[in-house]
Amino acid sequence: MATQVKNRQQFINPRIIEFLTRTWSYLFLIGIVIFFSLTGTGFFTVRNFSSILTTSTLIMLMAVGQTYVVITAGIDLSIGWTVGLSSVTTARVMRDLVESGSDIAFAMVAGVFAGLLVALIPGIINGLLVAKIKVPPFIATLGMFGIVRGAAFLLTDGQQVVGGLSPELREALRSIGNGSLLYYIPGSGLEWFALPEGLEPSQLRTASQLLPYPVIITALVVAIFAFILARTKFGRHTYVIGGSEEAARRSGISVDRHLIIIYVLCAFASGIAGVLHLFRFTAGAPQAGEAALLSSVAAVVIGGTDLFGGEGDIMGAVVGALIIAVLQTGLVILNIDPIWQFIVVGVVIIIAVLVNQAKETLERLQANA
Amino acid sequence: MPEPILTAHRVSKFFGGLTAVDQVDFEVYPGEVVALLGDNGAGKSTLIKCISGVYHPEQGEVMFEGHDITGHSPADVRNRGIETIYQDLSLAEKLDVGANVFLGQEKTKLLFGFIPVTDDDYMRAEAEKVLDRLDIRIPSLKQKLVNLSGGQRQAVAIARAMYWNARLVIMDEPTAALAVPEQRKVLELIRSLRGQNIPVILISHTMHDVMAVADRIVVMRRGQVAANMPRADATEELIVKHIIGASENGDAD
Repeated sequence: MATQVKNRQQFINPRIIEFLTRTWSYLFLIGIVIFFSLTGTGFFTVRNFSSILTTSTLIMLMAVGQTYVVITAGIDLSIGWTVGLSSVTTARVMRDLVESGSDIAFAMVAGVFAGLLVALIPGIINGLLVAKIKVPPFIATLGMFGIVRGAAFLLTDGQQVVGGLSPELREALRSIGNGSLLYYIPGSGLEWFALPEGLEPSQLRTASQLLPYPVIITALVVAIFAFILARTKFGRHTYVIGGSEEAARRSGISVDRHLIIIYVLCAFASGIAGVLHLFRFTAGAPQAGEAALLSSVAAVVIGGTDLFGGEGDIMGAVVGALIIAVLQTGLVILNIDPIWQFIVVGVVIIIAVLVNQAKETLERLQANA
Repeated sequence: MPEPILTAHRVSKFFGGLTAVDQVDFEVYPGEVVALLGDNGAGKSTLIKCISGVYHPEQGEVMFEGHDITGHSPADVRNRGIETIYQDLSLAEKLDVGANVFLGQEKTKLLFGFIPVTDDDYMRAEAEKVLDRLDIRIPSLKQKLVNLSGGQRQAVAIARAMYWNARLVIMDEPTAALAVPEQRKVLELIRSLRGQNIPVILISHTMHDVMAVADRIVVMRRGQVAANMPRADATEELIVKHIIGASENGDAD
């Protein structure tokens, strides 16, 4: 046995395999960026990269929360509708406050607060079901999927959007949702906060957002989530629970409390995504996160997080979300039917799972060597 | 004879109509390795769980270092210094050695003076010191546990018990599922615990292990103590007789 393993090690250097299994998603992202830059006109522009980043924020926020849940060997299927619930709630509170004569700034703050708060409710219930009543996460959050979906549509009276936002309110939302801290105008230079008045149409067309607000907000949330997971005791305990719940209990970690907090965190990230969605599109939409749910799970898996728990990180999910966003944009620029993105993303997910399996086999071989 | 560090006095545990442990007296003295033997269902695991707090005995009392710990919670019993090491069950396989020694009790430091973060370098360094005391070499302490052998993992579990100042270690089948050289290593670990004056209760089916490290041998049968003898008086044959319940003249009951 030992000699067999040795022979295999000589055949393929395990260090190379290990390097590839750890970094393939990063390499893949770089690869597709280079590919689309070479083949697609207008892909390799500041404007396009900024647009890709903005597109990716929704999936990224959801994937970042989902990463915590998946590391505990769970999954949260309800967050797609949590995004919608939060978007709709925020829109309604803002609209109703403005209609009743409130100051727009106050209405916006109150709306954001309500949208973030309402997102916690499905998180708390998911957490209680999984931790206390031991409902399998898949089932608990599938139930919550339906409940939150229904709740979101009840809040819109069955409509596809919460409309009726006053033009002033929409303008205020847009100034943040579609605004940028820093602009780049080719031939003119950098501008803070807003584009200057009186730009030529050609300048307007090429002006790019260097630091769009949704990207800044998402980056902050991602950084905080990544820091907590990688550096704090809370993060460490998350890995312990995912690796072995039994070991976590024996070592005195309050597993139930921890799991509840994690489902709440995940829902909270989706709440932020829902609020941002409203700011970007200026209408509350119950189905805002519907399509992004599976993409966010895909991002987590592509990022190398083990669906059986105990392993994974936030950077992986970020890279996964970027891969999906780059594919979406790149295929459109190449004028390929966007439907192909589903097929390509599907293939990438399967590659991700295969790579993960290869990694585990490799680890087992090394352990036995 | 010194005072026992642990005394179980007339402990009984019932499950419905079944008497799993029946008025058992059991002591552990400082610095000794006590082997607890018995067939499946003889009551040895139940007795151990009555000590470690997993089960609460219906009758009798358990005293540890002069304190009554009868009916205390497992966490409380552990805090008092009784560490139970289960085969593989209490380790986080996907974390490194340092993280495992500090599992659930991670050392933190302050980042920028106010954000508490895990201090992985400190934990690894401390883990290395304990492993040195046990004379265990693990090539890289950054290795995840999945990449270690069964014996090395067992060593990490024991290192953890030692680091947190265990004053009594209970080991449940520590050599089961290990290769022979690894088994030998675990037996050495048990001896080195004894060398540090930490008593060990060793539950085992493996006669060879018991004869190799035990100072005293207690055999349970049908919920009662069938035999309690110093290692010097024991032979494998005699122990087997007590386990299966054959009397001295060879009649099976």
